[in-house]
Parts: sequence; structure tokens; C-alpha cells
Amino acid sequence: MTLPADTATAPIVEMRGITISFPGVLALDSVDFFLRPGEVHSLMGENGAGKSTLIKALTGVYAIDSGSIDVTGTSQVFRGTSDAEAAGISTVYQEINLCTNLSVGENVMLGHEPRKGGRIDWKSVHRMAAEHLEGLGISIDTRSLLSNHSIAIQQLVAISRAMVLDAKVLVLDEPTSSLDRGEVEQLFTVMRDLRARGAAIIFVSHFLDQVYEIADRITVLRNGKLVGEYVVRDLPRDDLVSKMIGRQLDDLEAISSTATRAIDRTAAPVLKATGVGRRGVLEPADLDVFDGEIVGIAGLLGSGRTELVRLLYGADRSDSGDIEVAGAPARMTSPRHAIDRRIAFSSEDRREEGIVADLTVAENIVLGIQARKGFRKIRRDTQASVVSEYIAALDVRPADPDMVAGNLSGGNQQKVLIARWLATAPELLILDEPTRGIDVGTKADLQRKVAELSEQGLSVIFISSELEEVLRLAQRIVVMRDRKSIGELDSQRFDLDGLIDFIANEGKGSAA
Amino acid sequence: MTSLDTATTTTRERAGYFETFMSRRASLLPTLAAVVILILLFIGAEIFVRGDFITPRNISALLLDNAYLLILAVGMTFVIVTGGIDLSVGSVMAFTGIWLAQLLEAGTPLAIAIPAILLAGALVGLLIGTLVQFFDVQPFIASLAGLFLARGLAFVVSLSSIKVEATEVLWLQSTRIRIGDWYITPTGILALLVVFVGAWVMQFTRFGRTTYAIGGNQQAALMGLKVARTTVAVYVISGVCGGLAGLVLTAYSGAGYPRNGVGTELDAIAAVVIGGTVLAGGRGYVLGSMVGVFVYGTIKTIISFMGAEQSWTQIIIGALLLVFIVVQRAIVARSDRRSRS
Amino acid sequence: MKHRLFWPVATLVALILINTIARSQFASITVRDGRLYGALIDILRQSAPLMLVSLGMTIVIATRGIDLSVGAVMAVSGAVGLTIIDGSADPGDPGVVMLAVVVALLVSLLLGAWNGFLVSLLGIQPIIATLVLMLAGRGVALLITEGFITTVNSTPFEFISTGYLLLPFAFFIWVAAVAVVAWMERRTALGVLTEAVGINPEASRLAGVRSRGIIWSAYAASGVLAGIAGIIYASNIKAADANAAGQFIELYAILAVVLGGTSLMGGKFSLAGTVVGVLIIQTLESTILFLGVPSAESPVFFAVVVVVVVVIQSPRLHRFARAVAHSARSRVTAKSTSDAEAAG
Repeated sequence: MTLPADTATAPIVEMRGITISFPGVLALDSVDFFLRPGEVHSLMGENGAGKSTLIKALTGVYAIDSGSIDVTGTSQVFRGTSDAEAAGISTVYQEINLCTNLSVGENVMLGHEPRKGGRIDWKSVHRMAAEHLEGLGISIDTRSLLSNHSIAIQQLVAISRAMVLDAKVLVLDEPTSSLDRGEVEQLFTVMRDLRARGAAIIFVSHFLDQVYEIADRITVLRNGKLVGEYVVRDLPRDDLVSKMIGRQLDDLEAISSTATRAIDRTAAPVLKATGVGRRGVLEPADLDVFDGEIVGIAGLLGSGRTELVRLLYGADRSDSGDIEVAGAPARMTSPRHAIDRRIAFSSEDRREEGIVADLTVAENIVLGIQARKGFRKIRRDTQASVVSEYIAALDVRPADPDMVAGNLSGGNQQKVLIARWLATAPELLILDEPTRGIDVGTKADLQRKVAELSEQGLSVIFISSELEEVLRLAQRIVVMRDRKSIGELDSQRFDLDGLIDFIANEGKGSAA
Repeated sequence: MTSLDTATTTTRERAGYFETFMSRRASLLPTLAAVVILILLFIGAEIFVRGDFITPRNISALLLDNAYLLILAVGMTFVIVTGGIDLSVGSVMAFTGIWLAQLLEAGTPLAIAIPAILLAGALVGLLIGTLVQFFDVQPFIASLAGLFLARGLAFVVSLSSIKVEATEVLWLQSTRIRIGDWYITPTGILALLVVFVGAWVMQFTRFGRTTYAIGGNQQAALMGLKVARTTVAVYVISGVCGGLAGLVLTAYSGAGYPRNGVGTELDAIAAVVIGGTVLAGGRGYVLGSMVGVFVYGTIKTIISFMGAEQSWTQIIIGALLLVFIVVQRAIVARSDRRSRS
Repeated sequence: MKHRLFWPVATLVALILINTIARSQFASITVRDGRLYGALIDILRQSAPLMLVSLGMTIVIATRGIDLSVGAVMAVSGAVGLTIIDGSADPGDPGVVMLAVVVALLVSLLLGAWNGFLVSLLGIQPIIATLVLMLAGRGVALLITEGFITTVNSTPFEFISTGYLLLPFAFFIWVAAVAVVAWMERRTALGVLTEAVGINPEASRLAGVRSRGIIWSAYAASGVLAGIAGIIYASNIKAADANAAGQFIELYAILAVVLGGTSLMGGKFSLAGTVVGVLIIQTLESTILFLGVPSAESPVFFAVVVVVVVVIQSPRLHRFARAVAHSARSRVTAKSTSDAEAAG
């Protein structure tokens, strides 16, 4: 690993006091960020920390409320992405922003094709593209269609395009999400090469191992604020994880810890998954849940938690593994299969995958049982009583069944979503980040409710980025990192520090 | 610095010409399929009519009878490649056609009349393009408004047909340039000119390449491309083609008729799709659309030769369109899946 | 201002008022031989085909789809019905007419189901899928009538579009259709589930809604309704004109749906809004005719209406208005509020 850039070198990007707020949310609160030439700098933080907002400020997607951005010493105001590009900042997005219907060479040179006598000189296009790609150490047929190549190669083509545009700053947004080990190595080789040539690279990723492998410096954000900038080799993993997650001021009421409850694990589990995985998405993993048990899944964002439960629910199709429900083998290839087996799934993206925004609270709550019942409408009085029962039980505010669901706050939308599933009387409830973006009081309500339900016999799989929550509620915790399950632990034997340490360090031997 | 060869692509190159062709030009396949179909149609007709089908006279007529559709298909190709659609072209053709007839009847010199109708077509296209680009209106609805406008205006010009006596215009169609038994008229030359200019622009100009980029990438603007002006421009081009088609059709039939071109946009869309352009955008060739128009024309000719109802043309075109669409969908789905691996 | 139906109804009322002022006879209804006559009654009668087609179009649009084939289905339906009547021994026999109508509707149902199959099972874009039938359908209709405009003389058949039971029979047909569709959509869960599918297909899928069946039946319903419209049209001209039947009707139907407040993006739909939308179009048509404008030129007016409506509904206009109202620096991206949620 090369030495990180000298602190004496002038930064190429200086962001000072960046503040951005949206209606009701302060996304960034006076954040500073410095990027030096010849370094790979990683921006880290959990969901809601503000890192994507900061990147969007730098790439011209968002306008800033206050603060300043300087690139190579010149003050900049970005009114759009082309301004940022003109200033030398190039971005390679997670969803490759290229034209898969065109050839590799054309993608590299698109918009800047060399012309001869008024017409595009295709020979030169391909020659120049090949040169740029060779410069990154890649040798492919530039006349072949981009769609013929793997995501890894497409990414390198995108980087090559950025070089054509003479970028001084390269922003790589979650570039390794879909890459396998060999492709990651290839990308890193290219990155090291660019770094040696003086490029400044921002590497946004939540794969801890990779950050430690390639980055020189790390800037950590939490809750919209800057936690600090660190040199990678001076920052042990535990410290990094704990800075990212932090200790939240815990003024939640003491919920009787369900973690200590005894669970009968002799009978057949409610759900038993063996070797369930999907190529490029999740390494085969095991998970089982017993009657009345709460199994927590802990890990950083991007570790594969959601991917795992989606496979269990049939929201996505698995390539491998078997699932048994109550002892009998089950095919989970669509949500309907899961629902028929009395499994319920509350998605982490409550906006895109949960709430049907234009329908009322009542219609949203009833959607699950109505979908199961088919076209015969649920009797009005039954509907009304179910709806009011759950509005009261979960304390949905405002307690108005005819309110359009899209107008509720995030926390109340989450309650409506949970109400929908509870109304279907499930045997197993999968909750993915149910308390994200919710105020403290509502968080406590939800946690209490989950504890109550599990005492009444409901089995729960509970995913949360807030490790205290998981420790408080779950009897067993499955830990995930970098798209695979790295272990399972008994929550009684761990405290927060221990859990953080486990997430950061367990099974680390394989990576660099 | 290590040279990193990706296993997949070197295997492809070693695997031979076919593999290279597939990886470079897979999008040509639908067009090649159309050519094959055209050849099969010719052969089939030749057998059926016992050797009287592939004659210079018939082939020449094929071009001239369908010159108007050829021009419309070129404009439509530009629009569809960007992922849009233009339902107004049939009506624009009718409107410009009858307006031309009226202008000529009133004694307007050709040098003014022709630019006038082309401008009219361009303006309708401009309206549609503006709605699509700046007001986020779906191309379907925006071009619908264009269709209503142009069709209504055609009737405003005249409720019934207007004969064209102007010899300069009739000359376009009546002059036959003969080469042996083959012949071509100025309208045919115009149509072929439009085709080749269109093909050249799409292949050799940044504007043309941008249309492909827009069709293939929703966020093409993030690549720094001039999406807004390109999007509006393709509809303007389609409108101008509508005007040219109006000129050609009026010369061909010797009159302007406000009821012309009802449903012609669908014929143009069908020809473009059969010719290998994907309706979702991003893939297609102007020369392919030309093949599609010839397929359409050949089917029409065969059916009239057979003495069968003309309505069979529509049914067969509809069925062909369906087959092409299903196949296109399968190809696109496969290539998407591959790139996602 | 708040109620969704406000603007459509206000527009309709305004149109009627303008007409009443311009021609005093407009609003008058006379009774003669046990029947009601008047310009308003004419509008109720003439709007039948468009009303039926627009009903089906509303449901299809609610699922985020579109049905361009309705005109062609109308033509096929008329052709089938008329051919049966024409080919029978006694065209005036009500039994024959009933049989013809039933067969025509069955054929229309099949055509609608075909569209549904392409969209929900093969996953083809609705515009393209229904375009195929739009092209081929008229050809099929022409084949059935063998290229001619088949005419019949059949009193029961004519009654469908010109008969009266105090009010025009055609009016009762569409009122019945509206009632049936409204019952199916609102009395059963079909309506809410359709809206859910249109508003958020992924959330609906995860919630266990059977999207495929819902989409399929939407197109099938559109087919049947277009079939009824085709019968009424054929009855009106006492013939099957495969070319003219339902020409452009899909465009007017889409316009009616949009005027009635249903968004082309799918989701929440309003049958009442569509009814008002159709009446607006019909009244507008009547107004244009009264102004002496040849009906062939009326598309120009409708072009203006389409442009005005879509510009008003355009999100860019809303964003512009909001930016002006708040006079805040507008965010470059429209996703700002959802990102705020994610950032929060």
C-alpha cells in the first residue's frame, strides 16, 4: 500500500461548513471535507449520516444552503451536474451511467468523438478509446457492445470516460456492490494506478474490508455532522465502527429485556433456511427462527441483511438453498407463497415498497387481508373495527383512517405498514429497519409492541442498524458483513462493544 | 503496469468471426431478419405468380408507390430511436399536402409554397417536441395533440380535395428517368435522398449518436449530452418529413385530400419496427426502416396481385409487428440480463 | 377547489351555460309522444359510444396501461353483429338481434383478453401490445364484411341506438354500464386493488395483490365495453363500416379520462370524472357544430384542449408554481423530499 498523501499537499477539493436542509430534516450540518491529489479517500457513514447528500453537493446535484466549495483553489458554485463536470469532477454511479446499447469505444468518446471533414471519424474513435482503456490496463474490443461486458468492465469503461473528460476528481459511488473478488482486485489495481498518477479519488463504500484495503484517508459522518477525518492506518476497525454507529443517548424507557426469555428450540422451527443465496447478491446463508423467538440480524448497511430476508420472503428469487416452514419444505418464489404460509414482510423502503401513498390509512392497513381475500370486499364494519383496533394499538397519529397515507410522517407510515401485516395474523413477521428515521418516542412504542407480540407467540426476524435495539429485543443475533453471514450469537452473552467488535473483526482473516 | 485481459472478451475474439459479429452488431439482427423476410416474400411471390413478379417494372413501382411512406419512416426512426413516438405524421402529411394544393391553386410560386409547408410540418413537430421535453408530457399524448391539430387544420384548409394543376409539381411524379426497363421519378429520388441523408446523420454526426444515447440511457443528460435540443429536434425532423411526404403524396395523386394519411402513422411505426428499430429506443437503423417499408409495400403488392382484399395487408402487418415485438422483447431482456451479471 | 371533481363539473356547467346564453333553445326540453327531446337529450344519446369506451379506458389507465385498440374492436364488433343479422332469415327478429349482440360481445371480450394476455403475461408495453390489434383489427373487420359496408333493416337492432323509453335507450345502456362498472370497482375490492397496482406496483406485489389477474381483467373489460359501443355505432348507421367505426375514438377517450381527473400515470381513478369528461367533450362537439364549424375541423379545438390540460397537469408547471410561491432556491433534483426522508 502506498503512503498516503502528505498533509502538506494542498487539497484539490475543499468543502467548508456545508449545510443542506430539506423540509423537516437537517441533512448536513456544517460539514467539512478535504480531498488531496494522489489519494483515495473514503466517505463513511450509516444511512441518514449524510454521505450521499455530501457527494451530491460536490457533484452538482444539490445546491448548498451555506458553506463553500473550492476546487483547485477556485471557489465554485454548482448549479447543475455539468458545472461540476466542467470543474473536473467526474462521477461513476452505482447504476452505470452509460449507454449499454452502444459500443465500448463509443461510450468512452460519446459527445467528444473526433471528427474529420464534418463527420465522425470512427477509426479514430476506436483508436483513442482503446488507448485510454489500455492506459487503465484494459484490453477489450472497443467495437463490441457495452452490454456484452460485465458490470466490472462497464465500470472501468465509465472510469475511462471520466479520464477522457480530463477529470481531476473521480467519485466512485458504491463501485464494488456487484463485483466479485477478482473484479474488485482489478478495480483496485486501476485505482492505485490512477492515484499514482495524481488523481484524487473519493471511494464511497460500506464494505469495511475494502475500505481498509484501498483507502488512504477516511471521513466519517454521523447524523449529518462531521465526526472526523482520519488516516486509515491509524484508525482501528473497532474505532471506525463505533464512530459510525456511535452511542446514542439512550433515553428510551427501559423495556423489559426480551433477550433473556427462554425459547423452546426442540420443536420444528417456524422457518428454517439452509444455504439460501443468490449469485452476485448474497453468499449462501443459514437462518432459523423458532416459535415466539426474535432473531435479530445485525451488520452494517450493505452487509446483505435485506437481501437475505427478501430471499426468505420470496420477494427475490434465490439460486440456492432450501427453506422449510414448520418442518415442511416450501418453495418461496413469490410473496404470495410466503403470505400463504403466514409470513409477513415489512420492507425497509417504506416509501417505495410499503405504503401505497395515494390510498388512505384504512385502505393501506386493510390491503394485506384484502389481497388475500380476493375480490370480495371485507365487510365495512369488519374493516372499520380492524382499522380502528390497529390505529389504537400502534398509536397512529393522526388517528384518522381516511387520511391519505402519503401525508403521514415516516414513523406513522411505518406503524401503518406494521398494522397491515399484523392484521394478517402472521406466524412470522420480518421487520426490516422498522425504526429508521423515526423519533425516539415512536421508536420506543414500536419496540414495546414487538416485544409484546413475541411474548404472545409471534416469531420475528428483526433487522436494525441500531445495535442497542437488536441487543435489547433479540434472543439470537445473526451477524452479517460484506454479503455473507459471519456468525450467530446469543445476545445475552454480548454487550454493545462486544457486538461492534464482532461485526468489525470476526472472520477478518480472509481479506487483506 | 499489467495488461488485464478479461477472459470473456478474449475468448470472444478467438472464437471467431461470428462471435465478434454478435458482440459488435447484435442490434443488426432484427434488420437482417427483415431483409430475409423481404427476400422470402420476393421468392414466394415469384413462385406464386410464376415468374412475373420480380420485374424491373414492379420493383420500380415498389419504390414509387411507397415513396411517401419511406420519407415518413425516416422521420419516425429518429423519434423512435430516442424512445419516443410520433402519431401526428399521417395528419401532418394530409395537412401539408392539401395546403400545398391550395397554395398552388392560388398561384403561389413553388419556391414559396414548398418551404411554407415544410415550415408548417416543422412547427407541429416543434410543438410536440416542446411538450415532451419541457413539460414532461408523454410523447404519445403530445403527438396526439399534434395529430388533432394537423388533422383539423387539414379540414380548415379545405373540406374536400383540391386538384393540382401546377406542372412543376406534377413533374415530380410524371417524369420517368429510365435505365433500361427500370425507372425512377424525382419523388423516388427525393425519398432515397431522405433515406441516405437520414442514415448518414444517424451514423456520422454527434447529433445522430446522441439520439441513440437518449434512447439507451434515461440519464443521458448526466453524460453531458445535449438531450433537450436533440429531443425537440427529432420531432421537428419528423414534422419536416411529414411535410415532404405531403409534397410527394400530392404529386403522386395529383391532388390534396384532407382525409389522406388516416392511420398512416401506424404503417410508418410498423415499418420502422419491422425494419429492426426497437420501440423502447436506443437501437435501429434508417436503412432498416427502408427495408421495413419495402416489406410493407411488397405485402401490399402481393395481396393486390392475388386479388385478395386489401384488408389482409393490415392483418398481416399487424401479425408481423407482433412477432417482431415479441422477439425484440426477448432480445432486449436477454442483453439486459447479461449486462447485469 | 379541494374536491377532485370540482374543475371538471365546473367546466361542464360553464359550457352548458355558455351554450344556453348563445342559443336559447339549448337547455329546453320538450315532451312529445311520451319522449323527451332537446339538445341536452341529444348529448346524452350521442355520447353513448364514447362513454362506454372511456369507462374501459379509465380502468386500463388506472393499471398504468392504455388501450389503443378500442376503435378497432368497435369495428369488429359491429361487423360480427351485422353479419349475423344480415345473414339470418329474419333480420327483424329480436331473437336474432340478441344472438348477434351476444356473439359480438363475446368476440370483443376475447379481443380484450388477448390484449390482457400480451400485457400481463408477456410483459409487453401496453402501447405496443394494443397497437397490434389497432392495426390488425380493422383488417379483420373488413374481412368479415368482405370489404363492403353491410347494411341491414332491422327494427330491433335500430332500437338500440335510436329507440326511446322516455329517454334514449342508448342513454340507459351507458348508465347501466356505468352502474355495473362502478359496482364492480367500488362494491368489490377490485377498485382499491386496481388503484394499488397502479399507484405502487412493487408495494402491491409485496403485499400479495394479484396484479396479473387485475391487469388482465381490465383489458378484457375494455374490450367488452368497446364491443357494446361498436353495436351502438353500427345500430346508429344501420351498417357496419369497418373503416369509420370508432375512428379516433381512443384519442377522445383518453382525453375524457384525463379531463375527468384520472392521471395517465395510473393509480387513483374516477369513473364519475370520466363521465363528466365525456359530457364535456360531447358538449364541446355540439358547441363547435353550432358555431357553424364543420365537425371535421373540430379536432383543432380538441388539440388546444389537450395542450392546455397537459400543460396544467405538468409537474414542471407545479414545480415552477411552487418555487415562485415559496421563492426559495429550488433544488436541481425533484427527488429532494424522498432523499430527505432517506437522509432523516
